[in-house]
Amino acid sequence: MIHFVLLISRQGKVRLTKWYSPYSQKERTKVIRELSGVILTRGPKLCNFVDWRGFKVVYKRYASLYFCMCIDQDDNELEVLEIIHHFVEILDRYFGSVCELDLIFNFHKAYYILDELLLAGELQESSKKTIARLIAAQDSLVETAKEQASSISNIIAQATK
Amino acid sequence: MSGPSLMDSLFQRSLEDIIKGLRQQLIGEQAFISKALEEIRKEIKSTDLSTKSTALLKLSYLSNLHFHDLSFAAFHSLEVLSSPRFSHKKIAYHAISLSFHDSTPVLLLITNHLRKDLNSTNEFEVSLSLQCLSRIANVDLARDLTPEVFALLSSNKLYLRKRAVAVVLRVFEKYPDSVRVCFKRLVENLENSDPQILSAVVGVFSELACKDPRSYLPLAPEFYKILVDSKNNWISIKVLKIFSKLAPLERRLAKRVVEPICDLLRNTGAKSLLFECIRTVVTSLSEYESAVRLAVGKVREFLVDEDPNLKYLGLQALRIVAEKHLWAVSENKEVIIKSLSDADPNIKIESLRLVMAMVSEHNVSEISRVLVNYALKSDPVFCNEILGSILSTCSRNLYEIIVDFDWYVSLLGEMSRIPHCQTGEEIENQLIDIGLRVKDVRPELVRVARDLLIDPALLGNSFLHSVLSAAAWASGEYVEFSRNPLELMEALLQPRTSLLPSSIRTVYIQSAFKVLVFCLHTCFVRGGSIVPSASLNNLPAGVSASVSYESFDEFSVENGADASVVHGQTCASAPITKESIVNLLNLVELALGPLLGSYDVEVQERARNLLGFVDLTKPEVLNSAVQEKDDSEGKGVETSKIIKLMHDAFSKELGPVSLSAQGKVSLPDGLELKENLGDLEMICGDLEPPSSNAFSFGSSYEQKDGLSFSNLQIKEDSEQTNESTSLLAEHRKRHGLYYLPSGKSELVSNDYPPANDPTLQGDIDDNADNLVKITAESLVPKRKSNHGKPRPVVVKLDEVDEKHVAMKKPESRDDSLSGAVRDVLFGCEDAPPTLSQSNLSNKLSSKRKGKEKQHTDPHAESKENVIDDGNSSLRRKDHSHGKERRHRSPRKKNAEERKETNQKEKEKSRRHHGRHKSRQRAEEPLKVSAQTPVIPDFLL
Repeated sequence: MIHFVLLISRQGKVRLTKWYSPYSQKERTKVIRELSGVILTRGPKLCNFVDWRGFKVVYKRYASLYFCMCIDQDDNELEVLEIIHHFVEILDRYFGSVCELDLIFNFHKAYYILDELLLAGELQESSKKTIARLIAAQDSLVETAKEQASSISNIIAQATK
Repeated sequence: MSGPSLMDSLFQRSLEDIIKGLRQQLIGEQAFISKALEEIRKEIKSTDLSTKSTALLKLSYLSNLHFHDLSFAAFHSLEVLSSPRFSHKKIAYHAISLSFHDSTPVLLLITNHLRKDLNSTNEFEVSLSLQCLSRIANVDLARDLTPEVFALLSSNKLYLRKRAVAVVLRVFEKYPDSVRVCFKRLVENLENSDPQILSAVVGVFSELACKDPRSYLPLAPEFYKILVDSKNNWISIKVLKIFSKLAPLERRLAKRVVEPICDLLRNTGAKSLLFECIRTVVTSLSEYESAVRLAVGKVREFLVDEDPNLKYLGLQALRIVAEKHLWAVSENKEVIIKSLSDADPNIKIESLRLVMAMVSEHNVSEISRVLVNYALKSDPVFCNEILGSILSTCSRNLYEIIVDFDWYVSLLGEMSRIPHCQTGEEIENQLIDIGLRVKDVRPELVRVARDLLIDPALLGNSFLHSVLSAAAWASGEYVEFSRNPLELMEALLQPRTSLLPSSIRTVYIQSAFKVLVFCLHTCFVRGGSIVPSASLNNLPAGVSASVSYESFDEFSVENGADASVVHGQTCASAPITKESIVNLLNLVELALGPLLGSYDVEVQERARNLLGFVDLTKPEVLNSAVQEKDDSEGKGVETSKIIKLMHDAFSKELGPVSLSAQGKVSLPDGLELKENLGDLEMICGDLEPPSSNAFSFGSSYEQKDGLSFSNLQIKEDSEQTNESTSLLAEHRKRHGLYYLPSGKSELVSNDYPPANDPTLQGDIDDNADNLVKITAESLVPKRKSNHGKPRPVVVKLDEVDEKHVAMKKPESRDDSLSGAVRDVLFGCEDAPPTLSQSNLSNKLSSKRKGKEKQHTDPHAESKENVIDDGNSSLRRKDHSHGKERRHRSPRKKNAEERKETNQKEKEKSRRHHGRHKSRQRAEEPLKVSAQTPVIPDFLL
């Protein structure tokens, strides 16, 4: 299974973290510090796997972002590389040629997409189209709710309640 | 409250504002964040849910990417969770799965929220709730929500069903009893045609099978069908994982799957699937030669690929193959050696491991040569990686693969001179260990040690200090092989030794002591007027006894010709004259004088010892130097005696000491060890008898220190130890036993043969047989005699290495989960489970109960579970015995109870015959009394 997913920028800034195994806040910081030290220093034409504390970390760089996933020893590295690529493609489709800024400003959306893709550390949905459809459906649910909520009359109604 | 709330919601900063603000802060980021946090703390208390949720969203952002603690908002996130709006729920679930953990205090309050959402008509709400459950589930949550998850497992919305399948794994892990409820439906999903659901189910089983493969053997036919039919690579990979776990357990299964896997191997275009096939073959199907050949062929394609990933994985696969099929590695030798200079450190390490796997006693020297050259060229990290692996490979199984120890010792010397070498400690251990174990290598060892010692440049390198310490020790201990002891002495006392840490300086001084004694001895006792063999006979009785037990002297006498040649050479190359001795003594005084004021007690003490000895001998030496040889017999006889004594003390051979040394000691007649100890136990209670105390102290000490310093220290301290163990000494004296491997104690009590004395080996072996009978322990010494071989004898101690392996047992797993699975599965498959009968009836009946409840009224059960929150096994007992037969007296015999339960259940099942077929099946095993698991003849 996948234990966590990290998106780290080339400068070492964390853009997204998702933990499927229990890690305390302190451990999380430590893991990220350790791994960004290892991964960011690796050259461009090296293999995408790093042994780390008895786990394997599979990472791949897209533009300025490193996508890292931590898996068990006997998981399939190439499969995880494909999952990463899959995720990037879905992001790309959703944001329209995704860049780091998209993920910075829509950080929660990136999460929701990841949640459709992975559940409990396992791949849930391998079809890009399905995920796009699911996300769109949820977005529209959120939007209608938001419109209702943010109309001035609504706010006043709430305030004077 | 409404006032600020309105203001808050109108002017609240959104997440985007925070992100933008953060990006503009180049330096004051922390200040900005703490200000934002302050706002959030205020906003989150608002009654308006949208204000609250925005605050929570901002907070989870800060927590996620800037690692601020979210726990203070735990209750607020629950409040947001209760909002009817989907957008709020989403934010709340996100925050909760980010921050909740097993000890979050409000975790109890979430159960109902989750249950409500799991039953919601909005599939996205259900999905959110499932996701959250997968992350935060603990025992209580898993137990309480099992019915909901169970219902979702057969939901007609595929989207929800596959999510429920994924989550069920977590529920199983946390609450194994849920297996009894959910397992059947999970298995039913294996036959689903939807690839996404199938993928999820197979994913769950591959995780489960990792933990306890045996339980899932009955499902093999289903998996087999998926393996053959599946066109989806994601699924195939997972199924292969399952088979790689199952195949080793069942030969027929392996035979069955090897063909389809080979087909996949040949035909698939996807690298990930190809690699999984390769891995499955090499790990689990390695006895199928043709399959392995095919896989290795594919591995070769990986190895020559441009993609570093494939190369790395190829090397990894080879490493797995290497254990059983070494030919696969040698076939790809060139690629592997070439990969040693790859740009990628991971690939380099992987190929290094493979190279080490190829090492055998025939090629060890060539490979080491190549590797040492690589080490010279490569970066420090990899250099040490290489050195470390050479050291560990060569020392494996007590230097199993080394034939030419002279070569190996000089290799060690060479390795320690490699600039980046940081493996000094390991080299130190091995130098000393080899010195102790391999007699024939000692001349070469001394030569290597000398080369290291006389190089003043090495003293500056702190990584080498431990190697130097070993060198100093070896040159002192085996000084008789030295070509030029005087030179050695100078090296040991050179001024730059002040750079050494004091612990190593003490070794230097001690070695200098030994060398000095040796020089004096050669000069006055042996090199002087008396012939060596004659000197042995002329000695006083006590000393001669000790000498005759000394293995070295024996060695030199028995192989008289050899030894005398060595000594002859020694004298020829560096004649030790009286003048040189005088110079030596002066040198010692000069070099060690300042150390008398050393702050380190060890250094000070040893320096004082040596200087004391010099003071004692110097006048006479000077005397005899002035007067000529003829007088020395008269006046120098005292000195000679002292020198002789010291020399004898030092030339006592040190050997590696086995933990079972005690076991080799013969049991004298009339000593009833067992009875005595039994008495002692009665008398002293939990106090240990002194003899065993002293012994365990000695041996553990030896083992821990890797036989290096401890030898010296024991020598030094033996007088003191003797005081404290005077009881033991008494005991020894009476029975002529020898327990502890001490050198100097010979002086005090030198009529005891050493434990590892070769002459006594025969006796000891005989006695060992007796001992085995007495102690019923298998500590038989296994000294294999390698007589015919040219390889020098390596002293092996029997149990040390083997025992460690033997004691390593497969870690005990929490088998409540697998037990539950086995129960359900074997129940389904009509095969008798492994559990004992009484256990079985309990479990089965409880399972029946559980199922029945499940069918009739799932809510009732969950409520009941909330109420009796105690130990689940206890509760189960209540179900099976308490409820059904409350009128029975509880003190009935077990067998009877079982029978009763059995009958009752049969009756019941007859009554419910139509509805619960599966239940009656579960009844079967009760009648069959077989204890071993019979695996159904699948696929046939």
